[in-house]
Amino acid sequence: MSVIIILMIASISVAAIFLVAFLWGVKSGQFEDDFSPSSRILFEDKPASTKTV
Amino acid sequence: MSSSVITEQEIHCYHCGETCLNTKIRMAEKVFCCDGCKMVYQILNQSELCEYYNLNDNPGINQRVRVRHDKFAFLDDEKIQLQLISFEDEKQVHITFYLPQMHCSSCLYLLENLHRLNPGVVSSKVNFTRKEADIVFLKDKTSLRSVAETLTNIGYEPYISLNDLKEKRPAIDRSMVYQIGVAGFAFGNIMLMSFPEYLGIDASEKGLLTIFRWANFGLAIPVLLYSALPFYISSWKSLKHKFLNIDAPIALAVIITFIRSAYEVISGTGGGYFDSMTGIVFFMLAGRILQDKTYRQLSFERDYTSYFPIAISVLKEGKETPTALPDIKPGDTLLIHNEELIPADGLLTRGKAFIDYSFVTGESLPVQKEIGEIVYAGGKQTEGNIEILVVKEVTQSYLTKLWNRDEFKEQEEINTKSFVHLLSRYFTYIVLAIAAATVIYWQFNDPSRVWPAMTSIFIIACPCALFLSNTFTNGNILRILGRNHLYLRNAQTIEDLGKATHIVFDKTGTLTSSQEQDIVYDGKELNEFQLQQVAALADHSNHPLSKALARHIGRKQGFDIDHFKEIPGQGIEGQFGEDSLKLGSYVFTTGNTGHTSGTSVFVRFGDEVFGQFRFSNHYREAIPELIRELKKEYKLSVLSGDNMAEQENLQKLMGSNATLLFHQKPEDKLNYIRFLQEKGEKVMMIGDGLNDAGALKQSDIGIAVAEQTNNFTPSSDAIIEAKKLSGLTRFIRLCRANRNIVVASFVLSIVYNVIGLFFAVQGTLSPLIAAILMPSSSLSILLLTFGSSSLIAKRLKL
Repeated sequence: MSVIIILMIASISVAAIFLVAFLWGVKSGQFEDDFSPSSRILFEDKPASTKTV
Repeated sequence: MSSSVITEQEIHCYHCGETCLNTKIRMAEKVFCCDGCKMVYQILNQSELCEYYNLNDNPGINQRVRVRHDKFAFLDDEKIQLQLISFEDEKQVHITFYLPQMHCSSCLYLLENLHRLNPGVVSSKVNFTRKEADIVFLKDKTSLRSVAETLTNIGYEPYISLNDLKEKRPAIDRSMVYQIGVAGFAFGNIMLMSFPEYLGIDASEKGLLTIFRWANFGLAIPVLLYSALPFYISSWKSLKHKFLNIDAPIALAVIITFIRSAYEVISGTGGGYFDSMTGIVFFMLAGRILQDKTYRQLSFERDYTSYFPIAISVLKEGKETPTALPDIKPGDTLLIHNEELIPADGLLTRGKAFIDYSFVTGESLPVQKEIGEIVYAGGKQTEGNIEILVVKEVTQSYLTKLWNRDEFKEQEEINTKSFVHLLSRYFTYIVLAIAAATVIYWQFNDPSRVWPAMTSIFIIACPCALFLSNTFTNGNILRILGRNHLYLRNAQTIEDLGKATHIVFDKTGTLTSSQEQDIVYDGKELNEFQLQQVAALADHSNHPLSKALARHIGRKQGFDIDHFKEIPGQGIEGQFGEDSLKLGSYVFTTGNTGHTSGTSVFVRFGDEVFGQFRFSNHYREAIPELIRELKKEYKLSVLSGDNMAEQENLQKLMGSNATLLFHQKPEDKLNYIRFLQEKGEKVMMIGDGLNDAGALKQSDIGIAVAEQTNNFTPSSDAIIEAKKLSGLTRFIRLCRANRNIVVASFVLSIVYNVIGLFFAVQGTLSPLIAAILMPSSSLSILLLTFGSSSLIAKRLKL
């Protein structure tokens, strides 16, 4: 029966990874501005943030 | 690359898209409406940022009125800098600017490429929803002021108000989103691991069952301790005010369910109700988030500080020094530039003051003040520069004192008014009574069942269904109203909106449009050519009457005007080749003294006075229809800060029962609202300006009217777009339906509760029944509330 326990641990850890990903996404403000990223990707020139100071 | 759009007759400015009157201002095949637009194009062209024009057609912001070049001089002041900057080290400075002009992806492109216009900028990142740009720049290469000026030069003038001087805005509270994330995670996994228990697991696998139960127990702990926090906090707050709100029984149910389940797991007697508990917390958090959905781009909390500039030029020994507003003392001499707001009450000492008080008092036309007269804070100088001697500090001025009234501070917004709390209280009493009866019954018949029966009653009978139906209906109605450009501050406003009995309107800007006026010409007929000359001359001036006149006639031709002269407070004149044309007051055009009633602009060609354009208020199109409908159900009043010129028209419009009051100062408006409230009326105030701010706050529900939601509105419970005002009766009906929907779904939930209670009082509520009842009742309530509120909205054509 130990295989079920291994599966259970695996499934919960996968779910936990998604939970962490969700919390991280919210925290970094990914859900706040739904306009900019979708437009930004269409610009041909790179924005300044990639430039080294 | 396409050149400017040329249709049959109209040429549009390549930069801003406005109609060009001639094709004189051009550069590289492109036509511009003004030199300002051309300059922006030049700047962008030099930096190879013309992609800006490819992303959207004519994305620019009209530059006809250029910003004064030393407007941002105050940003060199270190004290002001410190309060605006969000982060600073030896090399870099981080600053967030609010740029209200931002509107499309071109703006985004340009603003994020700011480093190409100003080499000192390291990066700029735009938050489009909030219309903000986070800019990082190098201290030794550029300054805050020059960054602000770079932005201004390309048409995105940062809006910096006195409000920014206060403590930093609190970060957006995302904790409830984290909480729902945790609850959802726990709910899903507990459901999964409860299946073996429900589906029957062999006795031989007892060990496995125990592991599942303990895993559920572990997963439920973060839900109890973290996700359910908002309910504990809210019920604790309400209990402190000696009030039982709906969150109290819910918090109690969550805790009891957990204790009971934990006991079962520890004693090895059962699996508990962890799935129901986490599910309920998850659904209720979802409802709450939906209901609390806020319009981040709008602000309902504005006070006068958002309107006032952060700094103003003070004249000291003949020199202009930018000074932060709170540092202004009585006795200082302020230099107010054209189009600037007067920040403190003072005496006019130099210049011709022509002050637009429409925002403060509701008077529709600017008033002229002579030297020595007092000018009040909040007015906007419209022609030329003036100097004033401050007599009162900013916080002591007439307008700001209205805001600082003590009664407003007391109004703590604890949500205790809603009928839902009352309903939940009855519900709780009934449940307590049933629980007590059950306990007594089993005490005598089978004492072993007392404990399971009592706990299951609390589990099944928490008013979460009522809570769900309330939050989801509110959330959906807020969403529907938002789609129709009526933005409510919070869910309580829905109920208040439905309960109003007396509606008070402001006149200027609310019933009438502040941007349009009815203009009638009276006198010797003007031919088309002459009319165009009038329009051309009027277009040269920034005076509101001239602008309105130019718009009214509709300028189609461009003229060369020589010797243009504007005499503040009197009129304008100019030469068209041989013809001379004068527009202005009776005195100005005729040279005679005399008085005319109402507002008129006289026309004089050469030596002949042709006639006059009469100006009157322009009522918004939908107003008569709206008033007709409202008249049937509500008592109506109109409070106007303007003169009585419109009284007759207005009385006809509003009906004979309506109360009309004129020459109302902001204070009078507030007092009138209070007077109505003392008579027991629920007052809805609809207004637009700072002059209504006090009344909007005092009223039971204050609705601010805005031409565009981006515009600034005084603090209020709701913001409506002016063109949607016509739908007000339908909006009110939808809000009233809210209550019926909640009650209907509550009745449905009671059916479920009765089924649950049937098992609970017997002490035989199995986790399986709970697990079926809980989601099915929640889901059917969701369907009912969403469906019926959307259906009603559809029938009301919203």
